[in-house]
Amino acid sequence: MMDFTGIFSYSFVQRALLTGVLIAVVCSVVGVFLVLRRLSLIGDGLAHVTFGSVAVVLLIGMAPVYVTLAALPLVMLSSLIILQLIRSKRIHGDAAIGIVSSVGIALGVILVSLSGGYNADLLSYLFGNILMVTQTEMFLSLIIFLIVAAFVVIYYPELFAVTFDEEMAKTMGIKTKLINVVLLLLTAATVVLAMKVAGIMLVSAMLILPPITALQLSLDFRMTILASISLAVLAVFSGIITSFVLNLPTGGTIVMFNAFLLLVVFSAKKALQVRR
Amino acid sequence: MPVNVVTVENVAYSYNAATAISDVSFYIEQGDYLGIVGPNGSGKSTLIKIILGILPLQTGSVSLFDTPLSGFGHWDRIGYLPQKLSALNTHFPGSVREIVEMGRRNSKKNENTQHVLDLMGIRHLAGRLIGELSYGEQQRAMLARTLVNRPELLIFDEPTTALDPETRDTFYSLTKDLNRAHGTTIVLITHDIGTIGRYARRLLYLDKKIVFAGTFQEFCASRDMTGFFGEKSQHIICHQHDVLENSK
Repeated sequence: MMDFTGIFSYSFVQRALLTGVLIAVVCSVVGVFLVLRRLSLIGDGLAHVTFGSVAVVLLIGMAPVYVTLAALPLVMLSSLIILQLIRSKRIHGDAAIGIVSSVGIALGVILVSLSGGYNADLLSYLFGNILMVTQTEMFLSLIIFLIVAAFVVIYYPELFAVTFDEEMAKTMGIKTKLINVVLLLLTAATVVLAMKVAGIMLVSAMLILPPITALQLSLDFRMTILASISLAVLAVFSGIITSFVLNLPTGGTIVMFNAFLLLVVFSAKKALQVRR
Repeated sequence: MPVNVVTVENVAYSYNAATAISDVSFYIEQGDYLGIVGPNGSGKSTLIKIILGILPLQTGSVSLFDTPLSGFGHWDRIGYLPQKLSALNTHFPGSVREIVEMGRRNSKKNENTQHVLDLMGIRHLAGRLIGELSYGEQQRAMLARTLVNRPELLIFDEPTTALDPETRDTFYSLTKDLNRAHGTTIVLITHDIGTIGRYARRLLYLDKKIVFAGTFQEFCASRDMTGFFGEKSQHIICHQHDVLENSK
């Protein structure tokens, strides 16, 4: 029988767990604001742009270690384009995300074709491989974790108000445009870093599933955020260990744990409603 | 010299090619109670959104507390209750207390929260999620939120739509008390000219432009308004409450 404690002695497992937990916390917190503002699919859209960015980096022959750093500015710029399209009032949020998303993936497909097709590096970004996370990526995850934590703690009253009703927040003197810009830039950075955990195909699940599950618990705002964090950390931890032990793809396993938690909470809630 | 809480000069606004309001000018002095009335699509909410900076100023000028809107920063002096809360759905995970204290820093919280919760009769709902409440209870929670900062100017956009008659009367009495006893300036948008006429010091009838400005008594005596509404309708508006009072 496998010695479970032995798993934790591997440095790459330690790196994977630490990075996974940091990214899970960031995704689950940012995700609460996105889901409540009906911007759930922005993770999916930005992930597609990330695919295009990764294709650019691999086409020009940069070392894979620089992929994350190179993709960051491109994906951040795309998040601002989405925001600008939404602000124009002529395009709804879902359509704005769809535009940027489809352009990102189209660019990626063309560039991948030009660079000679799908290779192992690209596939690792598409489906994620957190067990191969580098020291640089771990530190980048720590930095984005600290930035998101500071932003949410310092600007909690403003974030709450903007999430509840943006117009009302504006009449309270809150700089709603600035809050929106920072939130989307942090979402972009989160998506780029999370691609190593869940992969481009599944990154939006990390932004959506823990908040959705937490929202089923009917808690107040602060407790919903804490519940979202707890569920995300539990899923990432369980997913990494299970995938390592059973030799399964890590990203997919994490997402399945998240989906399982949603199913459990949803079923329990339904059962309680029926009993009443 | 009294401070002009709101000064609107030659304001016009269009949504694409459709004119919402044109050439609107008026002012509101400190301690005033202004009822803005008019039919659907008359530009009432648009006007308020321009005053509050939610919609951009296309033409004309707006000042708040004698400061041009672009340079105004004391938003805690204003309480605003919008007609429709875009994010208010059954899934929003905010408790009534969180909503009432929304946007406030820790140091400013709790001072007034209990008082406004009591005032609106929703202290027992403080821990409940806003999405789980009835629309009337949600509206009372939102009213509590507008009052918690003790604002000098209160702006209500159709605030009594979902309230039962008793709560609606309590609400109007509260606005009158805030205005007469505490000197709070009040701007209230409604369709109900007859009701607001009993409480407001002045009325502004808007139909894309200002059709009438004056007191309720002047409104009832105005031959222009008779021409606008017809004699029968004007009579019903001006005397419906006399009938109701006499029937009690």
